[in-house]
Amino acid sequence: MFFQQIVNGLTLGGVYALIALGYTMVYGILELINFAHGEIYMLGAYLGIIFLGFFTAIGLTHSNIILALALTFVLSVIFCSAYGFTVEKIAYRPLRNAPRLSPLISAIGVSIFLQNYVMLAQGTTDKVFPHIFGSSGFGLMNARITYIQVFIVATSFVLMIALHLFVVKTKMGKAMRAVAQDKTMASLVGINIDRIISMTFVIGSGLAAIAGLMVAMYYGLVNYFIGYVAGIKAFTAAVLGGIGSIPGAMLGGIVLGLVESFGASYISSEYKDAYAFALLIIILLIKPTGLLGTRSIEK
Amino acid sequence: MIRALIIASGLCLLVLPLMGIKSAAIVFISILAVITLLSFIRRHRHIFRIGIKVPAIYKRTAVLVTVMAVLLLPVYGDNYLIDVSSLSGIYIILAMGLNVVVGFAGLLNLGFAAFYAIGAYSTAILTTRLDMPFWLSMPMSVTMASFLGILLAIPALRLRGDYLAIVTLGFGEIIRIVLNNWDSLTNGPNGILNIPSPSIGGFKINRLSHYYYMVLLFVFLCIFVVRRVHNSRVGRAWLAIREDETAAEAMGIDTVRYKLLAFSFGAFWAGLAGALFAGKMHFVSPESFTFMESVLILCMVIIGGLGSIPGVILGAVILIILPEVLREFQTYRMLALGSGLVLMMIFRPQGLLGGRGGAIRG
Repeated sequence: MFFQQIVNGLTLGGVYALIALGYTMVYGILELINFAHGEIYMLGAYLGIIFLGFFTAIGLTHSNIILALALTFVLSVIFCSAYGFTVEKIAYRPLRNAPRLSPLISAIGVSIFLQNYVMLAQGTTDKVFPHIFGSSGFGLMNARITYIQVFIVATSFVLMIALHLFVVKTKMGKAMRAVAQDKTMASLVGINIDRIISMTFVIGSGLAAIAGLMVAMYYGLVNYFIGYVAGIKAFTAAVLGGIGSIPGAMLGGIVLGLVESFGASYISSEYKDAYAFALLIIILLIKPTGLLGTRSIEK
Repeated sequence: MIRALIIASGLCLLVLPLMGIKSAAIVFISILAVITLLSFIRRHRHIFRIGIKVPAIYKRTAVLVTVMAVLLLPVYGDNYLIDVSSLSGIYIILAMGLNVVVGFAGLLNLGFAAFYAIGAYSTAILTTRLDMPFWLSMPMSVTMASFLGILLAIPALRLRGDYLAIVTLGFGEIIRIVLNNWDSLTNGPNGILNIPSPSIGGFKINRLSHYYYMVLLFVFLCIFVVRRVHNSRVGRAWLAIREDETAAEAMGIDTVRYKLLAFSFGAFWAGLAGALFAGKMHFVSPESFTFMESVLILCMVIIGGLGSIPGVILGAVILIILPEVLREFQTYRMLALGSGLVLMMIFRPQGLLGGRGGAIRG
């Protein structure tokens, strides 16, 4: 039971961490809570189902399932990145110098828009993700671990490490950190701020797309409103780890996943969604900087 | 022109997998049309720049006509119109309450439906479980909501701007989840049925027109009180906090006290609206108090004009009446609301009727 909850918590936590990275990167640069990020995750799940359905229809899934899955992932990531890019360009860029709450309200608007757009385009019924991995797995220390869980945990860890290396080692990553520290200074040393911000949205949305696809595979069901709750939880994870900090988002996601899975099994599963909110309020009140965040000065 | 083609085909590609080829083609054509229209307007801007000065006498006549139309509505309107108008009255009170918090004091509250829920549920529980008369349970519900407003505000006021918004959102969700799961008190997702109609003396208020006048009475009360408070020392203190908190504090304004006051004063009206809602519907359930409800109220305040009282009233009426009038477009209501919020923030952050300095600050 105990070990089982750890496995379940890690699976959930990996997904939360992937979404949380998008929140934390955008917040680090724009100081904007990108409310629409959860919807991008939902779009990722939907696009995954649509593309996989398309590949099944043309017979690719039968002949080469690995290729079909890989193509589904790649296409979903490309499309979600494009969505993230477009959202930033249309709804956030014109508000770059507006009062701080304007982009937040605009983000809420985008979130409502995307949710209803998917609802109108795809209908209100649950979409089913085809069973590919099935529920096959193996037993370990009294716990049952499915292959899909292994896949989710492994993918999220690989992606997190890759992102960390990207931000620390590459020139683009360095530019990103510079923009997060001081936009004016960064532009003075020749960094194209608009491009870096777009890049941030593209990367964050790509990660969210992968998270959405993996959740669709894990639960097998997708609906147009999954983005809202997942978004809030991922945001909680980002705040928990210290918003603006990339390792913080990873840690926060995993802690939140564990809290939720233990809370659901040992306290009450009816209040499962309330744990994240309660945790969020408690952190904001006690330690708003989060576990790994640094203190920022209010201007 | 080439740029317009690129943008349109990009967006068309974006929606293609979700909407199919036919709808994507429609999107392509409509985006092209919109871009062409926009560039036309931009080029011939002088045609559209018409200054209209309305003489004061017309304004006064317009106000008078509106008041008459509102007062005599049950005489000429059918039941459906009266019903929708009562509902918009309740939303006017809600939007006025939120306007105090967001528009006057500049504190973004994303969980406003929670106070509305507390008002409605308190009335429902007091009248059905304890058989309390409506007019006794109403002040108790309102007190309860204001008290909760203070309770939330005490910890939340240490936070600024967007963090405060998120805490209020979390609070709203927790209230809804508790209402949904506390079966012994709230009857869970099924809600509470058979809330009795309010009555004065022996006179039972159970006809639609009676409700309409009851709600209208409270709407007038709300407008009157909020206006008075807005023009008072307290109102000016709120505006000072909204414009610049640090400067306000330096001028000797007790910011914590005034923010507490704003929160509980806003919650007060939400509680009142909740009680009216419970008395009107005879039924409450957690579904009426979701995050979308909070967003809807926020939209009324923003579309009408933050901080502007006539603006907020207009916003509430537009958002309740318009979807009723345009029945066929009901499914697109939320889609329009979402894009409306974005467009409003970009092109007219002060709202339809907002004056100078009405825009929000973080």
